[in-house]
Amino acid sequence: MLDESAFDLRRMLQRNSASVTVWAVLFALIVFGLLRYENFGSAYNITSFLNYNAMFIAIALGMCFVIMTGGIDLSVGSVAAFTSVVAAYLSPYGIQVALPGAIAAGLAFGAINAFFVIVLHIPPFIATLATMLGAKGGALVISGAQTISVDWTSNFTKLGMENAAGILPWTILIVGVLAVALWIILEKTTIGRTVLAIGGSEDASALMGLKVNRAKAFVYILSGGCAGLAGVFLASGFGAGQPLEGIGWELSAIASVVVGGTLLTGGLGSVPATVAGALLLGLVFNILNFENGRGTISFSAYWQMVIRGGFLFVVILFQARLMARHQKAAA
Amino acid sequence: MLLSMTGIEKSFGGVPALRGAGIEIAPGEVHALIGQNGAGKSTLIKILTGVYRRDGGEISFAGHPSEVLSPREAQEAGIATIYQELNLVPLRSVTENVVMGYEPKAFGMLINWREAHRRTREILARFDIDIDVTAPLGSFSTAIQQLVAIARAVSLDAQMVIMDEPTSSLDAKEVEILFGVIRELKSQGVAVLYVSHFLDELFEICDRVTVMRDGQTITTRQLSETTKLDMIADMLGRNPDEVAAEGMTEFGGAAAKRGPVRLHAEGVATGPRLKRFDLTLHEGEIVGLGGLLGSGRTEAARALFGVDATQSGSIEIEGAPIRLEGPAEAISAGMGFLAEDRKAEGIIPDMSVRENLTLALLPKLASGGQIDFGREREIVERFIRTLGIKTADMDQPIRELSGGNQQKVLLARWLATEPEILILDEPTRGVDVGAKREIQAFVRDYVKKGFSVVLISSEFEEIVEGADRIIVMHEGRSVGELTNPGVTENMLVSALAQHGEGGAEWTRQ
Repeated sequence: MLDESAFDLRRMLQRNSASVTVWAVLFALIVFGLLRYENFGSAYNITSFLNYNAMFIAIALGMCFVIMTGGIDLSVGSVAAFTSVVAAYLSPYGIQVALPGAIAAGLAFGAINAFFVIVLHIPPFIATLATMLGAKGGALVISGAQTISVDWTSNFTKLGMENAAGILPWTILIVGVLAVALWIILEKTTIGRTVLAIGGSEDASALMGLKVNRAKAFVYILSGGCAGLAGVFLASGFGAGQPLEGIGWELSAIASVVVGGTLLTGGLGSVPATVAGALLLGLVFNILNFENGRGTISFSAYWQMVIRGGFLFVVILFQARLMARHQKAAA
Repeated sequence: MLLSMTGIEKSFGGVPALRGAGIEIAPGEVHALIGQNGAGKSTLIKILTGVYRRDGGEISFAGHPSEVLSPREAQEAGIATIYQELNLVPLRSVTENVVMGYEPKAFGMLINWREAHRRTREILARFDIDIDVTAPLGSFSTAIQQLVAIARAVSLDAQMVIMDEPTSSLDAKEVEILFGVIRELKSQGVAVLYVSHFLDELFEICDRVTVMRDGQTITTRQLSETTKLDMIADMLGRNPDEVAAEGMTEFGGAAAKRGPVRLHAEGVATGPRLKRFDLTLHEGEIVGLGGLLGSGRTEAARALFGVDATQSGSIEIEGAPIRLEGPAEAISAGMGFLAEDRKAEGIIPDMSVRENLTLALLPKLASGGQIDFGREREIVERFIRTLGIKTADMDQPIRELSGGNQQKVLLARWLATEPEILILDEPTRGVDVGAKREIQAFVRDYVKKGFSVVLISSEFEEIVEGADRIIVMHEGRSVGELTNPGVTENMLVSALAQHGEGGAEWTRQ
């Protein structure tokens, strides 16, 4: 008989071998940065880093839920671009209108994805690819292919440019609350467990009597809403709705989710590890910027991408090895 | 009556699967449903549980006309189902698999995991299972997974539990535990609809039996007033005397004329589950591996086929020592291996019968990258005919075939490549009586042409009647040998019993 109350570190590490890697690497990179660069630990670097990455974390959170069902959402980048334009147009009415308005637009795109996937039975890859193109075109149409400047006189830009109580950026605060809420939903509610069960086996979930369609609708709509939130952050943080932004964001989000140990085929995943994965990806850029700042070596933006790709590969390789070893040990 | 189904009709794409089928089950009754693969048992069950919509007929459950439209509604109406193909989620924990959809909640919203684990342990304790319920279900054996599926169904407080082949992956002891649970359900007034190919076990647990054939329910009998022979005759639509004269299997237990030695294995070990395995296989011979679950039968087959690396011992083919690094080498050395788990290792569900059948044959069918489709169709047609594979046409996706017919396609896939040594691990598991006999007859014909077969089966009847020689396996070792003709099930049981007390338990098959 296993004693549930005993804190078994070894067992816990084994169960979470995938997410352990991402936390360990994140921690190592932070220590590296703190030791090597003078201003790395400064309040300015920390807050601006978190503020910039809040939108990527938001998108990764939505993506994580979609991937856990075994699906994919390629439309997130375009949807964020679209909603940034919506937010910019709504900015004169203040954040209290622009934020819900842009999120509603994101939710609507999510609902379209859900309709394609659930009702029309179109594979998620194709369905969200179509939405991706549609949202991108839509963003260009409503903006006239121009960046749409926000209203600087309203409170709209406070969200993306100021700190709550002067300490933490509003954006990261909102994303933090969202992450905790989603974490609870995943671990503690029926719909969260249904999401994982669907990724494990959709047929089995249906035969168990689980509400499969409801859970799938939830993840696509959630992902759209997260992209909408990211669009608001984008417009508010940079002072403009940007119809041409968001290219490749879906791939960054997928990378964050995978680095966080979520299986691309679904059924296994973690909210905190996804956040860690997104932070890790952002941190690699941050550190490369500091490295360039020291003047010893200078990496062009292109080389930065190559390095980030190589780094991702190493992390995922390491993680796969670790998981395989633990699975062997468990068997 | 708790359940009454009458005149049920169902067609798939114009092909009738059920033609006026019906069944009646009383509260507290254990009712067996038998029939060949494709007879319509699964379709009938799936209509009852809301997976399929019926085209016609009446269903009444617990005194009301029943209109269930989804598995969920069936569960809520009090019908719990354990499907033949395990319908659980291996990546998720045991607890989740048991309580999903019915989780204990705090504040009506958040799942109370402590309570969920406790409840799961309590339910499993009824099955004598004491495992870490927080571990992923997939980390446990198939037998445990099967019992977990049953535990889930039973825990839903159903008025009726449907069990589709519940014992196919259980050993004798686990079957006893299951029967204990069924008796307990029965005493509580819960009805059980029990689908099984193991006719012997029906007598032990069931009250009545309904036989299906060609989409119709042929007859319902009291088990106390029927015999195994009657049931087989009903399933096949033949005369009982005729069946009796031919024997239960098509093997006939004859020792073939044996040729020169084709394969010789000595002292093969791959790990704790296969410690010492000796085998000599001649041309034109079927050698059976007889033993209990866990005796190393499957491990021996995996070692011969190069799936598991050998730690010690030697294997010779045609007198030449060979070191197999993997299945690809085993295949080029002239071997074939029909694995036990056809779903995981065998079929490609969305590909057609034709494509599945010729998958291993493609290199031989192609010249200069061009597949000779004419020859392919010719070969496929021949196997569909000789093995009696029931398919609309050869381009039907294999997933639409019944389990027994899928198994025949897999067997045909290997037979088509004409391996000199064919290893068959449970070739007739989950296959109905008729298909079983056809497969057995085909295997016998195959060795008559000079090929060799290693046969693994948990059904002693099949081993005893099918093999020319039987290697007795116990705890990872080959411990004895029996030679046909003349071997009986009792001889095999006592050979096993000499090597461990587990042997005496083997009376199920």
